[in-house]
Amino acid sequence: MGKKSSDSVKLRNFHSASWDEPVVMQLGVPGRRGQVFAKPDAEVVKKAGKPDSLIPRELARTTLPKLPEMTEPEVQRHYLHLSQETQGMVNISLFGTCTMKYNARVSETVAQRPFVAEVHPLQPDDTMQGILEILHEFDLGLRELSGMDQFVFQAGGGADAAYTNCVVTRAYHKSLGELGRRNEVITSIQAHPCNAATAAAAGFKVITLNLEENGYPSTEALKAAVSGRTAALFINNPDDMGIYNPNIKEWVRIVHEAGGLCFYDHANFNGVMGKIRARELGFDACMFMLHKTFGAPKGGGGPAVGAYGCTAALAPFLPKPVVVKEKDKYRLDYGMKQSAGKVREFFGNVPQVIKAYAWLCAMGGDGIDEASDISVLANNYMDKKLSKIRGLAMSNPDIRKHRLEMTRWSLGPMKTDTGVGTVEVANRMADYGVDPYWMSHEPWVVPEPFTPEAGEMYSKEDLDYWMAVIAKVSEEAYAEPELVKSAPHNQPIRQIKGDWLDDPEKWAMTWRAYLRKHGSKSGTAEKTAPSHAAE
Amino acid sequence: MTANESGAHPWMGNSLASVKQAMLDEIGVATIEELFEQIPKEHRLKAKLKLPPGIKSEASLRRHLTSILSKNEDCEENLNFLGAGCWQHHVPAVVDEIVGRTEFLTPVWGSPQSDLGRNQAWFEYASQLGELLNMDVVSLPVYSWGCAIGHAIRMASRMTDRHEVIIADIFDPERLSVVENYCEPVDMPDHISIVRVKTANGLIDLADLKKKVTAKTAAVYFETPSYLGLFETNAAAIAATARHFGAETIVGVDPLTLGIVRPPADFGADIVVGPTQPLGVHMNCGGGVGGFIASRDEARYVREYNGFLVSITETARAGEFGFGLASAHQTSYGMREKGKDWTGNSVYLWAIANAVYMSLLGPQGFKELGELIISQSHFAAKRLGEIAGVSIPFKTGFFKEFVVDFTKTGKTVAEINAALRKQKIFGGKDLSAEIPALGQSALYCVTEVHTSEDIERLAAGIEKAVM
Ligand SMILES: Cc1ncc(COP(=O)(O)O)c(C=O)c1O
Repeated sequence: MGKKSSDSVKLRNFHSASWDEPVVMQLGVPGRRGQVFAKPDAEVVKKAGKPDSLIPRELARTTLPKLPEMTEPEVQRHYLHLSQETQGMVNISLFGTCTMKYNARVSETVAQRPFVAEVHPLQPDDTMQGILEILHEFDLGLRELSGMDQFVFQAGGGADAAYTNCVVTRAYHKSLGELGRRNEVITSIQAHPCNAATAAAAGFKVITLNLEENGYPSTEALKAAVSGRTAALFINNPDDMGIYNPNIKEWVRIVHEAGGLCFYDHANFNGVMGKIRARELGFDACMFMLHKTFGAPKGGGGPAVGAYGCTAALAPFLPKPVVVKEKDKYRLDYGMKQSAGKVREFFGNVPQVIKAYAWLCAMGGDGIDEASDISVLANNYMDKKLSKIRGLAMSNPDIRKHRLEMTRWSLGPMKTDTGVGTVEVANRMADYGVDPYWMSHEPWVVPEPFTPEAGEMYSKEDLDYWMAVIAKVSEEAYAEPELVKSAPHNQPIRQIKGDWLDDPEKWAMTWRAYLRKHGSKSGTAEKTAPSHAAE
Repeated sequence: MTANESGAHPWMGNSLASVKQAMLDEIGVATIEELFEQIPKEHRLKAKLKLPPGIKSEASLRRHLTSILSKNEDCEENLNFLGAGCWQHHVPAVVDEIVGRTEFLTPVWGSPQSDLGRNQAWFEYASQLGELLNMDVVSLPVYSWGCAIGHAIRMASRMTDRHEVIIADIFDPERLSVVENYCEPVDMPDHISIVRVKTANGLIDLADLKKKVTAKTAAVYFETPSYLGLFETNAAAIAATARHFGAETIVGVDPLTLGIVRPPADFGADIVVGPTQPLGVHMNCGGGVGGFIASRDEARYVREYNGFLVSITETARAGEFGFGLASAHQTSYGMREKGKDWTGNSVYLWAIANAVYMSLLGPQGFKELGELIISQSHFAAKRLGEIAGVSIPFKTGFFKEFVVDFTKTGKTVAEINAALRKQKIFGGKDLSAEIPALGQSALYCVTEVHTSEDIERLAAGIEKAVM
């Protein structure tokens, strides 16, 4: 039995799986085994000695770790239950800024094969020609999309690519003898927090520009911030509001004139793929999110790749190694004398790069161009329809121009009218089978924010469903606010309580800490713990 | 797209012309191009992308990918003895199934309620690793072991307000390069200088350590097993020396050793780090790496973590539990440049792989695995040491990696490895340029994947190569 929304989309009568699944530490029976390893054979023991004799006596472990003792199918079942208790994009997720995509299964099956999974990164180059070819070909594809001259894939995520930019910036200014003096990084309050955070962790002072009435910082504010101390500008464009700073070329010029570098955080690339390029805008370096824009899976937080590219002028400072092609052979070049060193061991999350390459091949130039068209079209379609829903307000309502691939919205009016805010709405929407949306990174520049991003995967019907859900929740908020405030109702658990989470006496990041702090309260043995569904 | 829409892209729901038109009508514009009005004309790319047309056929795409990747050789068809930061271990099939589940593989994240299962799996990662490590706090993993060392050193520096760290003179160059970046160049105000302590017989030289640790030392960092594979038998004395000067002891450990040796916490470690790849993650050409950070449950440590700490917690329903992020305000997500270092997408899917792996092994599995690895590696070392001209400089006290010295064979490691290649064997990592004092030496890695026949094959291969 479905419920009808105002738009006559049939809402699903959804309830997530609820397994009341114990913590794994509560499971098992002493002596059960999930994996058995062979015993060393007689010849081995004869030559090497008994295992006990090989372990330095002062280090030998006498009490075994208190891990669960389970059969293989019990372990499998436990984790299958946990996967089912994860909403996990099995329906519709419009998680903005993260550009939800179809993660092609064909890429998964290929990447799981031994020619990827069982390759060691220190194998001789001539045994990795396939991988190196893909790294190189994909690099060429990103060069075409950005105009940059060289990409590396070492960074383990978007933030790590921002960090890569920090170490490249340090190496560049150091080569000019200016590092000590150029110690400031300029960014905007709408740039992702990782830009400011990595700059600070790399030793730079951070100057943050605030937004002005056009939705971006003014050029005057930039000019006031730029000086001989400017090491670099870290900026994204369009920002998460879907607003494009049309002065960006001038910004780059101003920073360059002062001797600083310009880094383009291209996380919001989906709406401008094939439409603009970092090179032509004047940037020295940019970063693409392979786990977002390029269709590699997100893994619920990685393994991810921030593909970092730069101009030939900065290339000598890149982290080592880079892939080079010589005649028909590929090799890893570790020779760069001015390299900034490494940000992570080896040369990147190779399977993710292969999946991104597969995405590039499958989409092609035509598909990529079409995908950015569709993302922007779909976002504007949503803007039009969302603006009719009670309690929702677009950020920067005075900016009349169409937004790009996503728009920041606000539930400020709903909060004022009903007391229901964005956290509650996200929780309630999940009850109808859509994944909770992204609200906004910190600080919230609009009240009660949410940021849907349609992308190119979801169909118009999917978007209509999603909007019917938020319309329904809006109706509920105005009619029966408590229903929304106490959501979720159709999820495996109720709202978590926050009071343990910042209290050193109560927080418990491991089961052992939980037993120590809370276990004895019940006065029973350690297998006793609260269960999921006590009703 | 025109009338014939049969070529609609299989990954794009709205690539039908009719659907696009319906959306344009709703918006009230005539063309998609009008929607790009924010971007000044002179910013727009004039030419079409010079990329080939899309391969819409899955069959063709698969063929394209496999035809390129088939040029690789891998460690299943070759016998592999490379380790050094990325190791070949058995990955249980159930691990692969679980990390391949769409619910875990594809999304970013949801709420604590809609994401209960993932949060619980993360908590189980920390809980099980905490048992192995005998520590109460484990954060979600960072990008790699090197990154974990870097963050731990920075934690110690902030806690002690000191700017020196001591590490061994023999150290993995991959990890060192990462750590050097995290310690920042001298030009930066928070630069942490790396002081190298001598090693003797592969272990930290206590006499030299006592000279190097001072009231300026933020932390002493060492590994057990070390880069060259040796258990650090002086762990307790090193930690005591550090503590005497008010410095933190940070220890790197291979979690697969912890079924047979005591965890660093038992010897006085304050912060423990290490690789997560051995716990059920394929080598993935280096893309399997990850790093854990663990400590005691004291607020002064907890408040310095850069990444996510998942705590069990109560819910609105009496007696029910869920999970949430503890001490979350300190991350860069909320605090930007004032946060603790930075965080972002990391290797959280691998944390689930690690959780499944630890559940499958259980206490007996870890013990059995540790015993098997240490036996096979010692067997291999003894066997190779029998070959004329080949010697094993550190004969005992190692786990899965050990140094093999070929100097007296008159051959270089490069020559030997080239000869082994012809026999479909990947020899150990060449150390000759890195650590000249060891002559023509290589770092060999032997694990549970190697049978005694494999080791005989290696020995025969080396015998042939040194002839
Ligand atoms: C604009 C922008 N930059 C950087 C990042 C950081 O990326 P990651 O989470 O992969 O570290 C994000 C992620 O949300 C982002 O939206």
